[in-house]
Amino acid sequence: MGNRKQLVEDVVHGIFLILGIITVGFVLLISVYLLIAGVPAIGKIGVIDFLFGTTWAPTGEVPSYGILPFILTSIYGTAGAILLGVPVGFFTSVYLAKIAPTKVKAMVENAVSLLAGIPSVVYGLVGMLVLVPLVRNAFHLPDGASLFAAIIVLAVMVLPSIIKVSLTALEAVPKDYEDASLALGATPVETYFKVSVPAAKSGIAAAVVLGVGRAIGEAMAVIMVSGNVANMPGLFESVRFLTTAVCSEMSYAVDGSLHQQALFSVALVLFLFVMLINAALNFFLKREKK
Amino acid sequence: MNSNANGKRRAYIGAMKALMYLCTGITVALVVFLIAYVLIKGLPNITWELLSTKPSYLSGTIGILPDILNTLYLVVVTLLVVLPLGVGAAVYLTEYASNAKIVAVIEYAAETLSGIPSIVYGLVGMLVFCQFLDFKTSILAGALTLAIMNLPTIMRTTQESLKTVPQSYREGAFGLGAGKWRMIRTVVLPNCVDGVITGCILAVGRIVGESAALLFTAGFAHALNGFLTGVMSPGASLTVALYVYAKEQGEFEVAFAIAAILMILTLCINGAASLVGTYFKKRRSE
Amino acid sequence: MKKRKLILPLLATVALSAAVLAGCSGGAAEETVEGTVTTDGSTSMEKVIGGLGEAFEEENPGVTFTYNPTGSGSGITAVTEGRCDIGLSSRDLKDEELAQGLTETVLAKDGIAIVVNPENKVEDLTVEQIADIFTGKITNWKEVGGDDAEIVLIGREAGSGTRDGFESITGTEEACQYRQELTSTGDVITTVAGNPAAIGYASLASVQDSVKAVTVGGVAPTEETIADGSYAVQRPFILVTKEGEQLSDAAQAFFDYATSEAANEIITSAGVVPAAN
Repeated sequence: MGNRKQLVEDVVHGIFLILGIITVGFVLLISVYLLIAGVPAIGKIGVIDFLFGTTWAPTGEVPSYGILPFILTSIYGTAGAILLGVPVGFFTSVYLAKIAPTKVKAMVENAVSLLAGIPSVVYGLVGMLVLVPLVRNAFHLPDGASLFAAIIVLAVMVLPSIIKVSLTALEAVPKDYEDASLALGATPVETYFKVSVPAAKSGIAAAVVLGVGRAIGEAMAVIMVSGNVANMPGLFESVRFLTTAVCSEMSYAVDGSLHQQALFSVALVLFLFVMLINAALNFFLKREKK
Repeated sequence: MNSNANGKRRAYIGAMKALMYLCTGITVALVVFLIAYVLIKGLPNITWELLSTKPSYLSGTIGILPDILNTLYLVVVTLLVVLPLGVGAAVYLTEYASNAKIVAVIEYAAETLSGIPSIVYGLVGMLVFCQFLDFKTSILAGALTLAIMNLPTIMRTTQESLKTVPQSYREGAFGLGAGKWRMIRTVVLPNCVDGVITGCILAVGRIVGESAALLFTAGFAHALNGFLTGVMSPGASLTVALYVYAKEQGEFEVAFAIAAILMILTLCINGAASLVGTYFKKRRSE
Repeated sequence: MKKRKLILPLLATVALSAAVLAGCSGGAAEETVEGTVTTDGSTSMEKVIGGLGEAFEEENPGVTFTYNPTGSGSGITAVTEGRCDIGLSSRDLKDEELAQGLTETVLAKDGIAIVVNPENKVEDLTVEQIADIFTGKITNWKEVGGDDAEIVLIGREAGSGTRDGFESITGTEEACQYRQELTSTGDVITTVAGNPAAIGYASLASVQDSVKAVTVGGVAPTEETIADGSYAVQRPFILVTKEGEQLSDAAQAFFDYATSEAANEIITSAGVVPAAN
């Protein structure tokens, strides 16, 4: 009887182990498949031509596969979104963590959760019908679909992540720090910004990382407001991101063609970008902790 | 003597306060505007006809019943796949794993999964599920892709609630002679139900709102199917349908109606998540 | 939309005739087919194929008809690889594609309307003017009789049959300076409708009141001018099949139905000119 019990125990242990390993398996699966699908085209096109070429014209008479426009657009777009979103999110989270009355805080927190839950196509729809004409009229442009419009949309989309994570970090600052600062004569506001915030630095940095990840990976909302032409990025130019490049051409790239393989390579570059950013920022965070 | 310093300080405090109120105001204004705009433009367009028919070219009408059903099927199949995997992996990590290295690797893998852009998931999903496993463009392929995407969420919430089970409960069970599995089954799992439910609700929210990962895996079709045929055929979810109606057909009334429905669903899901949260918090403190 | 009034009587006629034929043939009744028919390709053909598919399904309840709007290029690929029964293309097949063993059957002729915003004063453009506009030689509406405003060029993505047709007829292949490259005909219409300075091209079948189609060299795009070729900017709607390969019963039945005269009313109501005249 003891043996049977042990057997059941072992089997169950095995099952759970397998389930755990499957998670690792999925990551390997994704990485391996992307590599298999994405590397051949880079090989055929040449790493330098691919990553640094400035013309993307896969269906032209002389096809060219330079993705520098996409890389730069994704970088500028993400940077812009962070530049706009982080300050707004940061100040909102300090307000929520330290000053807001309980009822207000609960209400705003709910509002932020809601913002986080809205599907990206809805953002895209509103962006397309409200933001794009607004940009066109406000800046006297011939057409509002641009990098600028995309940056605004992305900034709004990363706001909830930044607020939520910064909030958690700020709330975790030990009260003693703040009490000590107040005892030394600092006003509450000064305490928050000169003591609490630095103490919550790593959490806030984590919030920014999250925001970067969300911004660089967004496709649907952006494709509806950015114009979709493979130009080198300009603030009011029609642009294409790494994400939207894959999205818009995948459905008609001829199966097995260099065009399709190049799209896989774009996805691979995107994937590597995200990994790189995560690794770099995590590295800096760990250094900070020490 | 101190007046300059005081002046500067006061200016600083004033500026910081102004910024805080301004930014919070901006955030709240954005949320209010989005919700109001979508609901105002969308609710009037939600008709019974829209909700209960499929699109017809011959009569020139649009109905989103197929899309609603597709979304439902998607949620069901995704949850069926991701719950066992996610809960199982979480249980393994908290209850069984003794090797710190394995734990670290699995947790790193989960963290990596949650950072990958959804369009990349869509692409890999297309390669693996539609082509390699030959499920073709189908709800099933879409659901499997979404399952991988939501694995980290389920794992995390299950783990969090597993960790709140006091060690004394476990030791008590061992003390009474229970084996590990029995202990887990009778003591730990019932207590982590709230984490699993929260994780489910969050996952449903993500599934309902996902679009990029479904474009190439589940397709665009609007055919009205029963569950079993529906799962094996291509089908547009509500979000994909919104995209197509807005961007490719210019049917903005329908698009706003779908957006309003999605908005209401998001509100409900958020509400459910916080209700569950408070319910279990109360229970735990009893 | 304006032809809606014809649909109900049409359907009634079709249903009635089917019933009559079934009754008349006595024992050898008109057998309905069962199975699936999968089509894939041009987004411009959506209304036509959608309408035909729906009518076909109503006559043959055992049939599931699917249409995947992925663009002409993708549809041709899909049928070559056997991923669908019938490919849909809104441009002629290229030599390389024909060489892969594909057969093209012209279903209808579609005009490509050159659309501008209804607020635009311009009513007529010659083919040369259109070419110059899209290649960037003419950049302001005032140069062709409109207001003083920079022209915004809206086009389709590189694999689009509509773009292919437009560019080959105007001779602007690879020279167009698009401001936006959109993935469907409907999107072009929406975008042009939303921008007073925009110009684009779209399948005539999809043109709605939200945009204005200019006359090309004085010729307005109508059924007659497309049928007799006087409206220059037109292209064929093609059913693509694999040479020598037998279609399934259901797919063959659909093919025959679509290319028969019985389908002409549906094709016309979708705004294109049937080939089977």
